[in-house]
Amino acid sequence: MEVRVVNVRKEFERFPALHDVSLDIRSGELIALLGPSGSGKTTLLRLIAGLERPTKGAIFFGDEDASQKSIQERNVGFVFQHYALFRHMTVADNIGFGLKVRHGARPSGQEIRRRALELLDLVQLSGLEKRYPAQLSGGQRQRVALARAMAIEPKVLLLDEPFGALDAQVRRELRRWLREIHDRTGHTTVFVTHDQEEALELADRVVVMSQGRIEQVGTADDIYDTPNSPFVYSFIGESSSLPVKVENGEVWIADRPIGLSAPHAPSGEAVLYFRPHDVDLLDGCSGCIAGTVAASRRVAGTRRVELEVGGERQRVEIELPVDHPAAQKSRVAFRPRRWKLFPAA
Amino acid sequence: MADPEIKSYELHHESQSAAVTESRPVKAVLMAIALAFLAVFLLLPLIVVFHEALAKGIGAYTEALSSPDTRSAIRLTLLVAAISVPLNVIFGISAAWAIAKFEFKGKAFLTTLIDLPFSVSPVISGLVYVLLFGAQGLLGAWLKAHGIVILFAVPGIVLATIFVTFPFVARELIPLMQEQGNGDEEAALSLGASGWQAFWYVTLPNVKWGLLYGVLLCNARAMGEFGAVSVVSGHIRGLTNTMPLHVEILYNEYNAVGAFAVASLLAGLALVTLVLKTLLEMRYGAEIAATRGH
Repeated sequence: MEVRVVNVRKEFERFPALHDVSLDIRSGELIALLGPSGSGKTTLLRLIAGLERPTKGAIFFGDEDASQKSIQERNVGFVFQHYALFRHMTVADNIGFGLKVRHGARPSGQEIRRRALELLDLVQLSGLEKRYPAQLSGGQRQRVALARAMAIEPKVLLLDEPFGALDAQVRRELRRWLREIHDRTGHTTVFVTHDQEEALELADRVVVMSQGRIEQVGTADDIYDTPNSPFVYSFIGESSSLPVKVENGEVWIADRPIGLSAPHAPSGEAVLYFRPHDVDLLDGCSGCIAGTVAASRRVAGTRRVELEVGGERQRVEIELPVDHPAAQKSRVAFRPRRWKLFPAA
Repeated sequence: MADPEIKSYELHHESQSAAVTESRPVKAVLMAIALAFLAVFLLLPLIVVFHEALAKGIGAYTEALSSPDTRSAIRLTLLVAAISVPLNVIFGISAAWAIAKFEFKGKAFLTTLIDLPFSVSPVISGLVYVLLFGAQGLLGAWLKAHGIVILFAVPGIVLATIFVTFPFVARELIPLMQEQGNGDEEAALSLGASGWQAFWYVTLPNVKWGLLYGVLLCNARAMGEFGAVSVVSGHIRGLTNTMPLHVEILYNEYNAVGAFAVASLLAGLALVTLVLKTLLEMRYGAEIAATRGH
């Protein structure tokens, strides 16, 4: 099912949580809403589910306007961060709940049970149908929650920080598992996360959000390689930035050109963004960024070097191979390989 | 007045660390003080009640209990409890639901208001109804004109009892529901349940032990209330006397066996309540702890 969010605004007690957000979600897509806390990602998910009503705008499921429909009528599968399993029901009863309360054509008790066991098998928990939620591990509970959401054959699956409460090991396992389930069942799936690794690894497309707005929508490659705003550049992956000046299509730091040309950039103040690992080290410096080494740290397989650049001693970080001789020097010159200019704020 | 603090369900005993363990003599003294208090203030009176009730033999005891006035008092007490407890269950669930699940203006005020019966002397609670419904009261003339009798009749007793007992269920449920939040209900709704189904299948089972607790305490109080009921009842024998009031009348008439026989029933009720409460904790302690949190 295709989902379209059209010019949606949401206010809580006059405080805007979402400003004029529009988003097209394709049928069968696995899409991530990624952002820091307070960016409005969970609000957007709850609006799609019908747990909240938009202040303005509309949400379409296919061609149907779903905004005025109640959550029951929308037929969405919602998975909560803290599972929200019914603790007084067995695993099988939890999964069958949606079928048991169905209005109209309600399946028989036997049929409900058969479906529940089938789904339990899908989430690889066969044999645990008689357990209570308290007797399961966190990862198992989340699987049951997903099975329960899928039991109602939802048009859309919505997951709110599905792995947020789990430890790193289990998270990685469940991530791969969720991808498999998605590929097998083909549900249109939206999940919220603040973990960029999770979003970039798992999702077909990532929606980066900040302060109630969508900053960028794209594949993991788009988002990482061509961020379209300073926020996305600094939020996704590592980034370094330096205040620069543009004159006649050349980029300058203080009184020296640094060998980068930006023919289409307007002249004036700007900020240069690049990835710390995506730099060329230079020996002689004519047209480069040169700086004094202020600090150097070993981070896993690389070495991070902090440089002071220019007369104003702007600090900037670059990444070097661990055994690179430049790390021993007191002065290092480099030029970013891939970079982007944004107007100064 | 009953202690408004309802005891927690905590069953796990903290393992004692050596550093906070007192020396033997101190332990012995503390235990002796506690036991002596229990004996003097609780156990002894209880024994006296049953002893006095049976002082003239089992025959006199059953005879005292089968006198028409006593039987009418028992019937009335049961009737009052049968009306006021269900009403307070409905009120308690609604109030707890509203307070725990919604944000609205005046929420803090409502929460305070629910505690009012605990902080007000029961006599005052009764007096309020006299001022409201009495012949000289605010609504007295109107009621009289329409032939409605509230004061010195069953409706007044029921009203006073409801007033005095209305915090019990609500107070037990509010913290429970607040702690559990809306997640389970939202999950139920997202799975297609109607509001009523969500309440019936999810909310109610989540709070059932707390609710039962509240009902138990509410019932004990409804049957045992003296002050408020005394003001509004009018003490008409065989008509508006509840068990606690009847005890007083019999006692004032130097009918010790009668008074203590009825008192023994009330004491028995208290014991049954206590036993049920303990059984609940023993049988469902783990579940109660589980519903209190994850």
